[in-house]
Amino acid sequence: MRRLLLGAIIPVLLLGAWEISSRTGLLTLESLSRPSDILVAGYAALTDGSLLLATVQTCETALLGLMMAAVFGIVLGAVLGLLPTAERIAGPTIEALRPIPAIAFMPLALMVFGFGVGLEASIVAYACVWPILIVTIAAVRAIEGRLLEVAAVLELPVWKKMVKIVLPAAFARINVGLRVAAAISLVVAVTVEIVLNPRGLGYRLILAEQALEIGLMWAQLVWLCLLGYVLNLLLSRVGRGSAAIWRPL
Amino acid sequence: MQALRKNPVAVRPVEASLSALSISKLRVRFGARTILEAINLNVRPGEFVCIVGSSGSGKTTLLRVLAGLARADHGRVLFDGAEISGPSCERAIIFQDYSKALLPWRTVRGNVALSLEARNVPAKEQDAIIDELLAKMGLSRAREQFPAQLSGGMQQRVQIARCLAQEPKLLLMDEPFGALDAMTRQVLQDEILQLVAEKHISTVFITHDLEEAIYLGDRVVVLGNSPATIVESMDIELPRPRDQLTTREDGRFLAYRHRLFGLLVHDRSERRGQC
Repeated sequence: MRRLLLGAIIPVLLLGAWEISSRTGLLTLESLSRPSDILVAGYAALTDGSLLLATVQTCETALLGLMMAAVFGIVLGAVLGLLPTAERIAGPTIEALRPIPAIAFMPLALMVFGFGVGLEASIVAYACVWPILIVTIAAVRAIEGRLLEVAAVLELPVWKKMVKIVLPAAFARINVGLRVAAAISLVVAVTVEIVLNPRGLGYRLILAEQALEIGLMWAQLVWLCLLGYVLNLLLSRVGRGSAAIWRPL
Repeated sequence: MQALRKNPVAVRPVEASLSALSISKLRVRFGARTILEAINLNVRPGEFVCIVGSSGSGKTTLLRVLAGLARADHGRVLFDGAEISGPSCERAIIFQDYSKALLPWRTVRGNVALSLEARNVPAKEQDAIIDELLAKMGLSRAREQFPAQLSGGMQQRVQIARCLAQEPKLLLMDEPFGALDAMTRQVLQDEILQLVAEKHISTVFITHDLEEAIYLGDRVVVLGNSPATIVESMDIELPRPRDQLTTREDGRFLAYRHRLFGLLVHDRSERRGQC
């Protein structure tokens, strides 16, 4: 509690200075709005449901893309991590595809999916798959060799070996990749919405800017900040509870 | 004192059909280096064979071949009449580094259950089997604990329990008690003797501790030279059940120890000469 109070000193002072300086005419920048205006606009957007709807739209798309990336990245990563030959075959292709900015696929994705969830989720998935894939390959390679020998001596079939040995043993490291990817998923989803896709928080953000509703724009920005913070908090919780997750397996 | 019976070094006169495990002319190479050469060894069903040799002599490599975790370059290794081509549930291996061989995210119960899951034992029947094994290994109270919460001796017991849950016909042990303190080691020695006798499991036990080998084994096999081969195979004619006090005080025990010691020291000085 004490730490929380100490940490709040700087933000509170900044916000106070901002409010006072814009009211006294010291600060005349139109793009900055005022904390009080931001609060009012934010409250209005929250209560009329528009902000929540946009949040759900952005989150569900980001999550959908993230989940596709996670399934594909973890499965492929586990296979490539276990089979050095497969990794040597697929490695150069992965290294060639990875640096392409996901955003560059927007025109292509627009042609394939049209506006909507598919467009956005596919680009999110492309952006998120790489950190997950690469971390998974490394995590699976780092598994204690003894555990794989135990699996071999017990003659575990491939899927049992994956579920009972490989994934739990690699999970703590894979989780790091998932957290990185989760942050990326939100960034990419909002970007696609700002640039192209008429839905979600990104779209409302650019809409507010174009309508010169600066207070609303700021309110949504602050909202996005909170969203990212909560997302990271949730993911670190999942990481800490990993032992409990694997207990039944 | 009874005279030691000397056996022919290479092949014991045991018919193949009588042996659980039959190794003939085994050679194993790592790259250009030959680790094992011309290994011939037969293990009878239910027999407890200890393999001794100085460190780096290839004991572990031999055991890994028997487990199917390493490949032979030449020769034949038969188990129950069938060639060993890979790992199998029938041949359990107990590793020395127990902490690495247990699943850290599973409890003691879960670690033992792994073997049952591998054998597709229905979930309903698992608890009874696990409880019996844990009771036998003195682990009942640690049932819901994680390996990291247990002492080394307890962790090794968990590994032994998991291997027994495999219901193996052959038990391979790679210096299983090497990292344990002397008291724990003696207790586990007696427990393992009782378990394999009860279930009539053939056992190959690797150790660098001569006294442990004599105490446990029906036979002690000495690996020596470089590349390693079997330089001696000695029947241990000490009465069973063995006893930590009386067996170790038996005149024959000391005579076996004397002779094995001589063999290993000789081997060591020869190796040093090569270097």
